[in-house]
Amino acid sequence: MRQGTAPPIVELRDVDKRFGDGPLILDKVSFAAERGDFITLIGPSGCGKSTILRLISGLIPVSEGRIVVDGTDPSSAVGRLAFVFQEPTLLPWLNVFRNVEVPLRLHGGVGAAKRSEIVSRSLALVRLADRMDYYPRQLSGGQKMRVSIARALSVSPRILLLDEPFGALDEITRNHLNEELLAIRQQLAWTAFFVTHSVAEAVFMSNRILVMSANPGRLHEELRVDLPYPRTEETRESAPYQKLVGEVSRILRSVEDLKP
Amino acid sequence: MSAPRATLTRIAMRLLPLATGVGMILAWYAIHFGMSSEQRFLLPAPHEVARAFVDEGPALWGAALNTGGGALLGFGAAVAFSFALALVLSISPLVRASFYPYLMILQMTPIIVMAPILILWVGPGLRSVTIITFLICFFPMVVNTTQGLISTDRNLVDFFRMCKAAKWQEIFLLRVPAALPYFFTGLRIAGTLAPIGAIVGDFYAGNSAGGQGGLGFLAIIYSSRFQMGALFATAAVSCALGFVFVAGVIALSWLALHKWHDSFSHTEN
Repeated sequence: MRQGTAPPIVELRDVDKRFGDGPLILDKVSFAAERGDFITLIGPSGCGKSTILRLISGLIPVSEGRIVVDGTDPSSAVGRLAFVFQEPTLLPWLNVFRNVEVPLRLHGGVGAAKRSEIVSRSLALVRLADRMDYYPRQLSGGQKMRVSIARALSVSPRILLLDEPFGALDEITRNHLNEELLAIRQQLAWTAFFVTHSVAEAVFMSNRILVMSANPGRLHEELRVDLPYPRTEETRESAPYQKLVGEVSRILRSVEDLKP
Repeated sequence: MSAPRATLTRIAMRLLPLATGVGMILAWYAIHFGMSSEQRFLLPAPHEVARAFVDEGPALWGAALNTGGGALLGFGAAVAFSFALALVLSISPLVRASFYPYLMILQMTPIIVMAPILILWVGPGLRSVTIITFLICFFPMVVNTTQGLISTDRNLVDFFRMCKAAKWQEIFLLRVPAALPYFFTGLRIAGTLAPIGAIVGDFYAGNSAGGQGGLGFLAIIYSSRFQMGALFATAAVSCALGFVFVAGVIALSWLALHKWHDSFSHTEN
């Protein structure tokens, strides 16, 4: 199974996207993700990185080209995909437990006892098992984001789509959550697509970084990050890490300069 | 430290409103006795109003029950129908565009003009009082609830769609609970209007009802007899009825919202 011949878990082939009669957002985007990849999409605003996540999730259709998710098309891949939004997007009238339970309830077919077990496990992963009865407004920004991640994990996804999930958090909280998310990934081995504006975060999290250019959105360059997992605070201080951060920053700057 | 001062402040918070009330009653007496003896009947002294309360007690109580009943029926009907209509209106801008202008007509026609028409249609008494209350409560409820149903956070809707939620799940598990704060804003407005609507309705439709009328009818009778004390007592009872409605609505919204909504935030974290 884990040989080079295994089919990619997500594949984009010549994907174009435009909204209505609007300008081209994505132009012939093609790439393939292997199982277990942690792929970060980075690029200037308006390069369509979030759009790519929405396309993979099946929330919006492609204009041209094809996307294959786990051997099928995105809209029939429900339950294999989970999305973590930029905002925690919790339902404020439900407590933490109920919030994490929502996707399971919406999908149906999971009994109450089983749901409770899954929710407890998901919350334990993000270290919030003792906050089950809290309402979102009683949580800090970082805690809300962790509930949002637990909710995404509750459906045991094979693919996790993260749209700048830590963008609104302070740097220390963000670093903590980066490490936590990687630790959870060690246990659950999903494939991740991650959108961020932070070069440091991109290098820390991923094994592959796709740098995009804007107007229209295109894949500009791919970088491999060969730093070993698990990554820790020490990774951030290591020379190879810092060299990569410098390199990605340079490429990003050259992409910015491409702008007309 | 500052504890005694805090206690003093707390005592002052309790006493000052009382002091204001006493001051106002004294001022009331001063004006009453300052008037010439022929005019004095226009502003009855507080103790005369109190006596009217006792003398007219049964009539006031019965009238308050009648008006309160009509108000409650009309209010309840307005809540139920406005919620149903708001669900329909929330479907699309097209549906809203085709209904809103006519809702505006309903809202812009003064109830005082509509009341006589309604009485001719359905006859006087509880029935027309209820309908008038319904009409006055309906508009703010529909507008606020509809606004709530279409203001659901875009990201939450995306989240539900990504979970492949059915349309009914999106409406009843997401849009309706998200609209609750708006719904209760409408309910508060309607709650203050309901007793007013019922009294206005009763003012027109309460008489010739055969049995006993409500507070509006009582006001007509007392004013025709120049019973100023009883008229003041009627005003006080109407005011109390308004308070009961508003208190009821606030209690309901507290029950529904206090755990999660910021309008009841006491536990900052």
